[in-house]
Amino acid sequence: MSGALSGTEALWVLVLGSLLGLELIGKVPPTLHTPLMSGANAISGITLLAALVLIAEAPTPALRLVGATALGFALFNVVGGFLVTDRMLAMFKRKGAN
Amino acid sequence: MGELTLELGAVLLLALGLKGLAKIRTARAANGLAALALLLAVVGLLLQQGLTGWPWMLLGLGVGGGLGALLAFKVAMTAMPETVALFNGCGGLSSLLVAIGAAQLPTPLNLLGQVSVLASVLVGSITFSGSLVAMGKLQEWLGTPGWTQRPQRHAINITLAVATLVCCALVLKGMAVALIPLTVLSLLLGIGLTLPVGGADMPVVISLLNSYSGVAAAAAGFVVGSELLIVAGAMVGAAGLILTQVMCTAMNRSLTSVLFGGAMGAAPVGGADGTKDEGYKNVTSCSAEECALTLEAAERVVFVPGYGLAVAQAQHSLKELAKLLEQQGIAVSYAIHPVAGRMPGHMNVLLAEADVPYDQLIEMDTINPEFPRTDVVIVLGANDVVNPRAKSDPSSPLYGMPVLEVDQARSVFVVKRSLGSGYAGIRNDLFELPQTSMVFGDAKQVLQTLLQELRALGVGKVPAGAGTGR
Repeated sequence: MSGALSGTEALWVLVLGSLLGLELIGKVPPTLHTPLMSGANAISGITLLAALVLIAEAPTPALRLVGATALGFALFNVVGGFLVTDRMLAMFKRKGAN
Repeated sequence: MGELTLELGAVLLLALGLKGLAKIRTARAANGLAALALLLAVVGLLLQQGLTGWPWMLLGLGVGGGLGALLAFKVAMTAMPETVALFNGCGGLSSLLVAIGAAQLPTPLNLLGQVSVLASVLVGSITFSGSLVAMGKLQEWLGTPGWTQRPQRHAINITLAVATLVCCALVLKGMAVALIPLTVLSLLLGIGLTLPVGGADMPVVISLLNSYSGVAAAAAGFVVGSELLIVAGAMVGAAGLILTQVMCTAMNRSLTSVLFGGAMGAAPVGGADGTKDEGYKNVTSCSAEECALTLEAAERVVFVPGYGLAVAQAQHSLKELAKLLEQQGIAVSYAIHPVAGRMPGHMNVLLAEADVPYDQLIEMDTINPEFPRTDVVIVLGANDVVNPRAKSDPSSPLYGMPVLEVDQARSVFVVKRSLGSGYAGIRNDLFELPQTSMVFGDAKQVLQTLLQELRALGVGKVPAGAGTGR
């Protein structure tokens, strides 16, 4: 695997990323609870990056198939998640819009 | 350096996207930004590692992405909670598969890499099986059987948890085979933790599992050595925790009572079977015609929509009725309980689908003081969220949950198919109050009869300008 990343660096990245995540979402209007959950869920499909690395580094077809399956499930999450969130958000209108 | 710029750009866009998703004006654009961020991340990674194995990538893209898009376009808005659960479970499964695959690679993993594989397998499995159970409960394929409420469940789950840790230790000692029992046990643990939770609490569970899938992604980031994946996973994991807290606050539940307290109302209440009509004595019922007459004379009307309304696909009829009343100069608003629908904010989505403007949806804390000045409240397919017992009866499982105080209004009509109990299986004192009348029937049919009756009464035919809604 790409050896550029030392363990300490990776842990720093983890801590700072978590702190950022804690700060990002504060008060959420109730109208957005469902779309926000769905959108955040789509982002968590970013594990597709790991699947891509696995496909590239896999020495055997069997292992590549594992990678491709992982990629498929992650993309199901990502593509479906973003599209369904967009579908929901597109419906929200203020009064006077119709 | 191109990849680095792309990766930094992706992190920035992800942060902006998550932040923007929490504000109504920016939410749609923010969702797009987050999607763009993921695209940039993929492009950056492919620039770095080349296109080795591209047919496999296309395969995953075509099948997974295609099915995801198909589901996203086809799924009914009423089924949103279970859809999110399904998507989330697949994210968890992906992290699980990556970790198992990475453990088979010829390059040996260092200690941090090994621990990350274990974390990814453990959390990925729990996310996967837990999300599927949540989906099954929301689809009502799975119930919450009585035996899941026994106190022994804690002992079973603790045993499972200890066993998974033993497997982890064995893998670290060099027994790679222990990954298999670890996966199985973690999957069982996900089921064991989710099955006893009542259907009404599923949104909190999904939100928490969503946070887990972020953690699983971050762990997968350690495994493959991707800073971007670690940042993004950590960000979603942490934001998911905050979101879970937001959901718990909205539902007035504490996270520990959701996870370990068992299902609300699963134990029989007061000995009587809550699903039977027995036990209700002084119920007044009336026809849609009578309801129409009361509506015609009203000045302020509040609708309380619930999940039953959406199931009957009656949002559009409701919107039509509201429009007719507004033309007559009657003030109309919608009272939205934080947990109306099957997850917080679900009812807002369902009414948005029927083109109801979101500024007509009034939150509970704003509308509750208005009920004493309201002439008519029409409850459509909502039950537990209007139960006055939540305020008065400390022995009720609902006690302490904030409810819409519709019993303060002058008259209340409850549109319902029968006197059956709500999703949580708890009896409702509202039905027996003197000012309450039950209108039995399918929500859509009742609304359409109301529309006909009101039109026959000449409602809505006043000259334009006589009434402007509110």
